[in-house]
Amino acid sequence: MLTVKMVVTGPFNAGKTEFIQTVSEIDVVSTERKISSEAERIKETTTVAMDFGRITVDNDLALYLFGTPGQKRFDFMWEILSEGMLGFIVMVDSTRPETFREARNILEAFRAFSPTPYVVAASKQDLEGAWELDDMRIALRLNEDEKLLPCIALDKESVKEVLLELLASILLELDNQ
Amino acid sequence: MALQGNLRDFTITQLLNLINLAGKNGALLVQGSNQAARMIFREGKLAFAQVGDSEGALPSVLHASDKVTDTQLHTLEQRATGMSDKELGLLLINAGYVTQADILESLQTYFTSIVNRLMTWVEGQFRFEEGVEVPENRIAVRIPLENLIMEGSRQLRELEQLRFEIPNLDMALSFTDRPGVNLKKVNLNVEEWRVVSYINPKNSIRQIATATQMNDLQIRRIVYGLLQAGLVKFVRPANAPSQLEGLKTAFPGVEQREEQKGLVNRLIERIRSI
Repeated sequence: MLTVKMVVTGPFNAGKTEFIQTVSEIDVVSTERKISSEAERIKETTTVAMDFGRITVDNDLALYLFGTPGQKRFDFMWEILSEGMLGFIVMVDSTRPETFREARNILEAFRAFSPTPYVVAASKQDLEGAWELDDMRIALRLNEDEKLLPCIALDKESVKEVLLELLASILLELDNQ
Repeated sequence: MALQGNLRDFTITQLLNLINLAGKNGALLVQGSNQAARMIFREGKLAFAQVGDSEGALPSVLHASDKVTDTQLHTLEQRATGMSDKELGLLLINAGYVTQADILESLQTYFTSIVNRLMTWVEGQFRFEEGVEVPENRIAVRIPLENLIMEGSRQLRELEQLRFEIPNLDMALSFTDRPGVNLKKVNLNVEEWRVVSYINPKNSIRQIATATQMNDLQIRRIVYGLLQAGLVKFVRPANAPSQLEGLKTAFPGVEQREEQKGLVNRLIERIRSI
């Protein structure tokens, strides 16, 4: 069976694990641990190695979704996970502007690891205090040709839309040549 | 939706950049540790500013720029009660005390000095309120933000912060094509002009630094200022590997382009069906 992979990355608590859980046909293989740092204790657990989800197309083809750890001290995992990826999704919590700068740097790091197509997903757009997409685009320094999509990680249709947009970018890239 | 946060995460320079590029209308309210400030913008340009208890009324602004004497200020404050700044301004122009240019210049200098003061604030909550207009009794000006942003960026001295803002010197830069922005109207210093002359997607920031003989701190500070002022944007260097190069290893064992596209189309169909 041929397997292809996408990576879901982004700062701590952006909704990466939920994103994968929402569309994966298997229970997400998660490496979550209780959070030890007081500063980051805005949720109970966090991913420490990776999350893994799967979408099987048929007997010959499956898509693997890998979620990266959000905490900076696990960034050595990023390069390993990015090897051979089809594309990547950078998730950014729309309600936490303090993470935008880090999101920018994560995007930059992944572009350097592997120049594959990517989209940026503005998560938690349904929450009060979420920044507007236009403002986020400027704060994240995204050019007009870079896709910034609204996303609610717990909503299946919203997650599907993000994946489809990334696949559309990949198809376009293959078509362009 | 909300545009709010803390100055620890978003500096005044970065907020001005956002307001400038988005062409926003409204008020930026900042609650610092000791004082509050308010700046009002029209179409992304500074129209009004006040800080602390100062109301920014015309008599005190003219006094601060030496357009009226202490005695005249005292008289104005006594007699102009209930009069709007526009009415008072007209009265002073007609009486020959000041010209319209004096008034506008004084207001611009005053508002600019407030923004420069705010640039030094590193702690405090901010909130942007859409649609807030300059108070009826005050005079609105129209100050482009590019120069203010460049000035704020020049004050950055911490290499660590600049490294966080511009992590990758292998990126290239290109000019933005924002309507109404003319590079010649922005006050750039000699060093900044030298960098500007090398901006081209063919040149990485690192190459520009070598060509201009600038160190890490200098080049990052200048590039940061140009980015914040919305004059340039990051682009992938012209000689960087294409995304297609990156996709080469994504389909193990599948070399043909048409076959790869077929796989992507199957993934699309599958995801649509979830």
